[in-house]
Amino acid sequence: MLTVFRDLLKYDGRFRVAFVLLLLIVIMALLSFVSPFDPKKTFMVPQDMPPSLEHPFGTTSRGQDLFWWMTFAVRNSLLLGIICAVVSRIIAIFVGLTAGYRGGWVDKILMSLNDSFVVLPVLPILILLSFLLRGKMSLWALGVVLGLFGWPWDGRLIRSQVLSLKERSFTRTAVYSGASPFWITMREHFPFVLPVVFATTINNMLWAIGMEVTLSVLGLSDVTVPTIGTAIYWANQHQAMVAGVWWWLAAPILVAMILFLGLYLFFSSVNEFIDPRTRLRRIGA
Amino acid sequence: MRKFVLNYLIPRILQFFLVIFVGVTITFIIPRLSPVDPVEAQINRVMMSGSQVSPEAVISLRDALTELYGLEGSSLQQYFAFWGRLLRGDLGPSLATFPTPVTTLLARAMPWTFGLLMTSIMISWIVGNILGALASYYEGNRAIQVVDVLSQAVRPIPYYIMALLLLVFFAYWWPIFPFSGAYPPGTVPNLSLSFILTVIYHSILPLLSLVVIGIGGWFIGMKSLTSNIISEDYVVYAENAGLGKNRILSQYIMRNALLPQITGLALQIGLIFSGALIMEVVFGYPGMGTLTFQAVMANDYSLIMGITLLSIVGVATMVLILDLVYPLFDPRVRHQ
Amino acid sequence: MALLHMEDVKAYYRTDAYGISRSVRAVDGVSMELYENEIYGVAGESSCGKTTLIKVISGTVKPPLRIEAGNIEYNFGAFHMDMRQIDPEEMRQNVRWKEISYVMQGSMSVLNPVRKIMRTFEDIVGTHQGIPDKKAFREQMREHVMRLGLPPDVLSLYPHQLSGGMRQRVAIALATVFNPSLIIADEPTTALDVVVQRGVLHMLKEIQAESANTVLLVTHDLAVHANVADRVGIMYAGRIVEEGPTQTIFNAPRHPYTEHLINSLPVIGDKSMKKSLGGAPPNLADPPSGCRFHPRCPLAIDICQTVNPEMVMLSDRHRAACHLVTEASQ
Repeated sequence: MLTVFRDLLKYDGRFRVAFVLLLLIVIMALLSFVSPFDPKKTFMVPQDMPPSLEHPFGTTSRGQDLFWWMTFAVRNSLLLGIICAVVSRIIAIFVGLTAGYRGGWVDKILMSLNDSFVVLPVLPILILLSFLLRGKMSLWALGVVLGLFGWPWDGRLIRSQVLSLKERSFTRTAVYSGASPFWITMREHFPFVLPVVFATTINNMLWAIGMEVTLSVLGLSDVTVPTIGTAIYWANQHQAMVAGVWWWLAAPILVAMILFLGLYLFFSSVNEFIDPRTRLRRIGA
Repeated sequence: MRKFVLNYLIPRILQFFLVIFVGVTITFIIPRLSPVDPVEAQINRVMMSGSQVSPEAVISLRDALTELYGLEGSSLQQYFAFWGRLLRGDLGPSLATFPTPVTTLLARAMPWTFGLLMTSIMISWIVGNILGALASYYEGNRAIQVVDVLSQAVRPIPYYIMALLLLVFFAYWWPIFPFSGAYPPGTVPNLSLSFILTVIYHSILPLLSLVVIGIGGWFIGMKSLTSNIISEDYVVYAENAGLGKNRILSQYIMRNALLPQITGLALQIGLIFSGALIMEVVFGYPGMGTLTFQAVMANDYSLIMGITLLSIVGVATMVLILDLVYPLFDPRVRHQ
Repeated sequence: MALLHMEDVKAYYRTDAYGISRSVRAVDGVSMELYENEIYGVAGESSCGKTTLIKVISGTVKPPLRIEAGNIEYNFGAFHMDMRQIDPEEMRQNVRWKEISYVMQGSMSVLNPVRKIMRTFEDIVGTHQGIPDKKAFREQMREHVMRLGLPPDVLSLYPHQLSGGMRQRVAIALATVFNPSLIIADEPTTALDVVVQRGVLHMLKEIQAESANTVLLVTHDLAVHANVADRVGIMYAGRIVEEGPTQTIFNAPRHPYTEHLINSLPVIGDKSMKKSLGGAPPNLADPPSGCRFHPRCPLAIDICQTVNPEMVMLSDRHRAACHLVTEASQ
């Protein structure tokens, strides 16, 4: 694992960029633990100060230091992404492995369901849900709900992986030696599926964090919790752009771009690394 | 032909109905899982919003809401009643602009969203695919490497932030485009040339925000597809046979890469649609996204419900159309 | 004069990924000639460099494969061509398919799945000759496939609608539209069942007999060579170790590897156990020193480990590269 990391760092420019960007993000998230300000409290610092040495991102019309507020926002957005990824991973792995291994009717039914979730426009449904629960949906609840809708793309991917693994001889060996289907799936197939699961986790986090931004902007999440989305929400509430407090919008946008670009480049670099074709090139076969 | 109908056509049509069934059922269940009594909460919200409502209006609102939420009878009866209303095309009255039917509001907003969505999908899918194929086939070309880097940078940006960035850059700092609406306020929509030109002018930024992200995504997808197809036997064979590069690229590589990209479009339409909704909010574009935003602001539950249901049916229909078009491009599906 | 003259050709794959560079010496010092009007068979186990040799001969070398050294020269009656000098565009227009055509390994998937067979004919003929009259062209193609014993209806079908044997015949029909000087057939029968194999080989042989061109037949299947080839070259680890008329190779092989190959062929009535060769085919990224066969050779002597044996002419067209042969001939 460590050598893989070192190799990627050494030979993939994309990975280097991703590494630096994500390092910034992680440092920012960690800084929230030593923040001198409580993000829930307002009017702790002078209002509407442009970025300066004292307040690197400036201050808001609500009298909050934007830099320290954003450290919480980054932490919460990442947390949301992880919650969603964990929940959707569990469903995707279950559906993908079961459908791929069992085949036949089970596969057909699970995949029809899977495809239905792929096609469903998630945003309007989430808007309906958050609208009814307005303000009562905690960050954790939102993460879980997003997870319930974010699995089908990866479920399909895992299934197709299992289907190709099923054709390999080691599966047949295991079948002939009397291993149970469940055992084969867990012991023999799961390890091969893991890299895909890992790579798509990052993509899934991107999706979840983006969804949160969307819902927050509409004021449908718990706006008292600092996230990238609620930062934009509060800026819009105070008409930051019209009032000339541009840094209030610039800060979350900048942080979001760093986060999204970092995660995405990380995803595509790792994805290429685990691609069997690149692996072939690596071992030179 | 029989095999095609049995193995392809019928499953796709069943899938279409399944999507609608799952979507409508979720839409039915969600309000019933909500811990608050939706009718009372709704009436409280309307009363609190400060609008003057007469007692008779409150009673008729309560009746309308109870019926709308379908809270009469057992769950199963409610469920069937819900379907019954849907099939009749009855989405109830809008609460904020009582008693305008929700369908009227939707009919007014839908063409805007539909037009923008279709145009952006067409442009980004075609341009992204052409650039992606060129990128993989002519590796090392400078201009294409620039597109590659840009695509990688643009692809992960959420629609909302892309729209916001374009708005800030091209409507505030360098105001060459209007920053809101689909036509100047006060203009009456008509079919004159000057009106159409204004609409196009107003649509450029919203369109751009969808197209830029779209091109990035299709470009990356096509590039990786092409780099796989290049080593397929039939491409190597065509090269050995000395066919021209352009013919190989168009008829052998792109023609085959197109197939997974059509499927990809079907898988992405839900996401693109969601992106278009949120983009509209940023630009105040008078489509379904802005309607959603207004509904949320005005606590218009029935309108949100209507938008959700229409979105489900709309997206499912677009996917079905793509599924029906696909065999025209893939003879293996057509002649089974 | 020979159609193809190759001298000491070396072609290596060089790869470089995540900091590991490797070079695979898939063709390493091959000299050979192809004559007009013959079927030349190349035999050898998998990954001995057969496919790379074809790439070199057909001029389809693409990175990471590179020709490192050697001469490859063609004489197509009217003009002389140096493969390492010729402009790729000129080669594409005048040589590919007109002079050198190719029946690829895995012909199952060489046909574009979304194009009708006729369109593939159109693509190829249109590129090299132009199609002034579509109707006449279609009639011509119908006649062409009929002459090869194929039903003309296949032209209006898609590849997935054809059986494996039919697709292979279509591939041969495609390779012969211009009556080229050299037809390269790479494992043309490998994925086919035995009855179909026979038909395909018969078709190849007939075409060759009729148009008197050269066929380079590459397959690991010695039985195919015995039935079809005029001369056979045996490849081992990127080198040709023995070459000669088919009769000679099968009746009096001189190289220990050839001998082993011939002895492992089943003979009717023979019930003795076949001896298998110890060890595995060498890794071409790090081949053995000296004679590459020495680690597996039952007759190896000291010199085999250090010195690469020279090719020795044994008779008019029979030659072998083995220290034992060198000693015996001195």
